[in-house]
Amino acid sequence: MAGESIIQVENVTAAYDSEVILSQVSFEVYAGEVFVILGGSGCGKSTLLKHLIGLNRPAVGTIRIDGADVVGAERQERSEILRKFGVMYQSGALFGSMTLLENICLPLEEFTDLPPEAIRLVALMKLKQVGLAGFDNHLPAELSGGMQKRAAIARAMALDPRILFLDEPSAGLDPITSAELDELIVSLARNLKMTFVIVSHELASIFTIADRVIMLDKKVKGIVATGRPSDLRDHSDNPWVRQFFSRQAAPDG
Amino acid sequence: MASAAQNSTMLRADTAGDGSTRLSIVGRLDATTTGAVWRQAMQVLARVKTATVILDASGIEYCDGAGIALLIHLRTQQSADGGGLEIHGLHPEFQELLHDITDGETLAVSLPVEVETSFAEQIGKAVVELLQDIRTVISFVGELFLAMAHAARHPRRVRWRDTLKIAEALGVDALPIILLIGFLMGLIMAFQAAIPLGQFGAQIFVANLIGLAILRELGPLMTAIVLAGRSGSAFAAEIGTMKVREEIDALKTMGLEPVRFLVVPRVIAALVMTPLLTIFADLVGLMGGSVVLLSLGFPLITFFHQLQTAVTYGSPVGGIVKSFFFGILVAAIGCLRGLQTKNGASAVGESTTRAVVSAIVLIVITDGIFSVIYYYLWV
Repeated sequence: MAGESIIQVENVTAAYDSEVILSQVSFEVYAGEVFVILGGSGCGKSTLLKHLIGLNRPAVGTIRIDGADVVGAERQERSEILRKFGVMYQSGALFGSMTLLENICLPLEEFTDLPPEAIRLVALMKLKQVGLAGFDNHLPAELSGGMQKRAAIARAMALDPRILFLDEPSAGLDPITSAELDELIVSLARNLKMTFVIVSHELASIFTIADRVIMLDKKVKGIVATGRPSDLRDHSDNPWVRQFFSRQAAPDG
Repeated sequence: MASAAQNSTMLRADTAGDGSTRLSIVGRLDATTTGAVWRQAMQVLARVKTATVILDASGIEYCDGAGIALLIHLRTQQSADGGGLEIHGLHPEFQELLHDITDGETLAVSLPVEVETSFAEQIGKAVVELLQDIRTVISFVGELFLAMAHAARHPRRVRWRDTLKIAEALGVDALPIILLIGFLMGLIMAFQAAIPLGQFGAQIFVANLIGLAILRELGPLMTAIVLAGRSGSAFAAEIGTMKVREEIDALKTMGLEPVRFLVVPRVIAALVMTPLLTIFADLVGLMGGSVVLLSLGFPLITFFHQLQTAVTYGSPVGGIVKSFFFGILVAAIGCLRGLQTKNGASAVGESTTRAVVSAIVLIVITDGIFSVIYYYLWV
């Protein structure tokens, strides 16, 4: 797992107006690993993700992605940073008025000078990679939730970014679809050497996919545990963390 | 003493010789039957006011949340009056339910925290909000201007396919309603004016009135207001839904500026289509007026002749110039309100309303400004 460090978060404090959500959070993500941000509802997982992808600015602190400062970036620099990663939103956030193919072609049309037939080919490849070959002409609304999420991953991968951010990939999916999505993530991480940063609270999938997790807590407003999921379950000093991991762990545990 | 049957659930109340009251409930205590029992029980308790009430619950064959609520209420009511309630013979499973719910805590509605704001504070807040809104509008106008300038310099980067689609929905699809309203507007105005003017034998001047009113004001205004209702609201709803569904966030993190990507095509479409629609509205408005004059016995040639003497080129051209601005305004404010959408389904509705209201207010204000400008330009 241990490649070089690709994301560095230092002392980030996140706040909405005067309400502090996260205080002084620091961590690193290494290239090629599947990194999961974990925690109960309302602990600031999604807030942290929004900061990482530059939608929100931290009140204090720095975030560097692949050497570039996300927080202080100005227009031009910013759009270069955005090219380094793809994001899959919780709802998929595919553009409803476009077919799947058009959705995936969009970033390619906007940011490359590939000829149209090349763009189409790349988009079809991405769809095949996420197991949606043959659905290129469907509108997002015509697909199931799981398929929409996979299509959203395909769109996020369109420009072959080094990093993919996924917001709750398994939320609202049945166990089988959710497991398929997990397999997809693992295979992409292994075969394409992509780095994944995943926000989740589904313990079942975390044990399958995660190399490392950080666990956020509402009371601490920060990280209570960092490490491999199985280590946290078995050896954490924090009884609450052990409880969290074992209570909801796999049905056989 | 009191007994009643409703849906086969009965409440009996007996006062024993020692003054204690015995209530017994027989039947089902569920959401549909408890209401009647509840009211009777309250009446009984209010009447007897005895220290101890014994509730014989052995006849309760079923008890759901409403029934448990009744038991809890009876108990708190009694202890508030300084008495007590003994529940006898309640089935163990209901006993457990009652125990689980009342476990150590009293149930009370948490009162909303009311923060009193003084009148001055409210005014202050409203002013700050207004200023913030003006600020966002100004910065949005700036952003839009930059994006439009960028589009003019790099026309190939504009999303023309989207623009055409929007232009079709905004322009072509709006044509029937514009034609209908324009025609009727001309017809009605001419008809209303013909009556008083006829008293002075000046019916031919209906042509002057129609010509000036339609070409200068009503054609562009009415077109803009129909657009605000049809397309401004649609833009706000469309973009608002995209915001709620995180699609706007997705655009941003893909490095695509929502203003360039969503607003520019809409503004271009409105910019082109609004003047065209206005021309149609002008023409059918005049046709509506001519129908009235024809019915009054004036030949068409007289109408046109009169029109020519009354109307200079300034009137239609001034109206069409205005309509460019109206079009930009309707599209831009619709998009802005859409982008400002907060979270939730009701937020989209709110944005839509705000889009239409703001658009109409701004149209009227802009129209006023143009009236002043045209006055000084002698148009």
